[in-house]
Amino acid sequence: MSSATPSVAAARPDGRPPFAETAFGRRKLRQEQAARSVFLLMTILMIVPLVAIVTHLVAEAWPALSLEFLLDVPRNRMTEGGIWSALVGTIYLVVISLAVAAPIGILAAVYLNEYAKDTWFNRIINLAVINLAGVPSIVHALFGLGAFVYAARLGFSVMAASLTLAIMTLPVIIASTREALAAVPMSFREACWNVGASRWQTIQGVVLPNSISGILTGIILQVSRAAGETAPVMFTGAVLYKAVERGTLFPYYLDDQCMALSMHLYVLTTQVPGLAHAIPYATAVVLLGSVLLVNAAAIALRVWLRHRKRW
Amino acid sequence: MDTTTAPRTAGMRKRSSWSLLGEQAVEAAIRLSGISAIVFVLAIFLFIFREAAPVVFSDQFNPLEFLFSVQWYPTSAVDIRYGTLALTAGTAGVTLLAMVLAVPFGLGAAIFVSEFCGPRVRESLKVVIELLAAIPSVVWGFVALTVVSRLMVEYTSAPVGVNMLNGGIILALMSVPIIVSIGEDALRAVPDSYREAAVAMGATRWQLVFRVLLPAAKNGLLAAVLLGVGRAVGETMAVLMATGHAVQMPHGILDSVRTLTANIAAELGEAPAGSDHYRILFLTGIQLFVITFAVNLTADLVVRGTRRK
Repeated sequence: MSSATPSVAAARPDGRPPFAETAFGRRKLRQEQAARSVFLLMTILMIVPLVAIVTHLVAEAWPALSLEFLLDVPRNRMTEGGIWSALVGTIYLVVISLAVAAPIGILAAVYLNEYAKDTWFNRIINLAVINLAGVPSIVHALFGLGAFVYAARLGFSVMAASLTLAIMTLPVIIASTREALAAVPMSFREACWNVGASRWQTIQGVVLPNSISGILTGIILQVSRAAGETAPVMFTGAVLYKAVERGTLFPYYLDDQCMALSMHLYVLTTQVPGLAHAIPYATAVVLLGSVLLVNAAAIALRVWLRHRKRW
Repeated sequence: MDTTTAPRTAGMRKRSSWSLLGEQAVEAAIRLSGISAIVFVLAIFLFIFREAAPVVFSDQFNPLEFLFSVQWYPTSAVDIRYGTLALTAGTAGVTLLAMVLAVPFGLGAAIFVSEFCGPRVRESLKVVIELLAAIPSVVWGFVALTVVSRLMVEYTSAPVGVNMLNGGIILALMSVPIIVSIGEDALRAVPDSYREAAVAMGATRWQLVFRVLLPAAKNGLLAAVLLGVGRAVGETMAVLMATGHAVQMPHGILDSVRTLTANIAAELGEAPAGSDHYRILFLTGIQLFVITFAVNLTADLVVRGTRRK
């Protein structure tokens, strides 16, 4: 391990270097420390913005943040009130898109990891997964508009927007599921085959139960990604404003348009004049907070699972 | 593929035909899902092209003008022009600026995380990097509009706070996490024996990093930078909100620009479906698709080059 490489300053009990100090040794020590501090500085400069941004946003949003802000709907041309309609819209989009993407993604990963041999065709599939992951979100929006809204005649709707998001999250779900499947040792499968189980029985009885936690972590991470995306839903089903009742749980049908938290933030910052200063900040904090919370939960799950892994 | 891998012996209980049928159905579904990625990549290209096709095959369309003219007047009453060079230049400029800022810090942080800190600090830093990567782009855009643009007006001579530098800073912050995490992977892939050999020869950490690790991991680091570029080129909402809206060739980093992605996001809502303007926007989508395809493919080939070694 790199961290275990012996440093020049490996100390004697009195703290001095183990060999007599020379000018060369001192210079080397200084260089060591200089190197460390330069790279430390670069790392700190990367973290400072994160902390600064989060603190600033929370500080500015503080006056507006309350449970009422979450549960109330936007009022008075969106210059007052809360964000319930957008919040519940985002939940709809995320749940439906993952309900579509997760099964396909998991099955595709099972194919790639458990069935596929190293042929040219499967290499093309791999390439397709990588490139699908790199397609810009606005291109996904164009695809959703062309394919789901117009060609499939879903119209601008929750369904079209969710399907667009599903295709966007699919490659990442495939990649993370594959990683989880690949972490199951080959000997587990071999033991199962040796007692006469078929390939699918092995997958069902041994591979999936041993990797389900890793698969779930990957899917949870996509919850936050789907919730944060704006461009793909902006042109396929999310609207500026839709009147719903305060606190209602089922305000939208699948063929309705809906509001989405990410788009709501965009609209508030760019298109709504004269609203209370704290409202866009509070919207940003709710979006950022929920995304970071979901991510932190996934990370915690992963750490916990790594500790109780038995092989 | 065989449904059984072991030969069936006489004493074995046979599985019911329903169970076998169910298994075949599941395996068919698995195979079908397996090719879904290819289907979707092709579908993305085809459906976008389908919307763009009528204008591509029409007589007035001039591909050279589309790619190399700086005149983008999609809604002009007298002289409609669709030249995307200024938009491409905007994308290139913002991406370049972002990389100038992000690559030194990203690689520096990757080196620190991989070489200079203990396991506990490393794990915590990786969590922070992951959280940084999770911040939605519209939140970055919001930060660009509210915080960075105010700082910009205060500390630079820029007349407006939303400009190329603002976009570059935001994109740099967005692509640093990718560069750090992929770069760190690349550095960790360098065998420890390299480090031990260097330390045994009396190399300082500086020399270890610059003479041994960077050359050994250069392919992986290049891939990290390329994936950062891919993210920066494809980013939409943040640059839409950060770079201002002027379609012009940028002359300095404090000019307002517009990128290919931001242009689609800004104009798609106003272009009536089926109009030339609408179709041209889909065509710029194909342009973007091709650019990111090329960048990601290169990154993948570079990474695979390192693995084979």
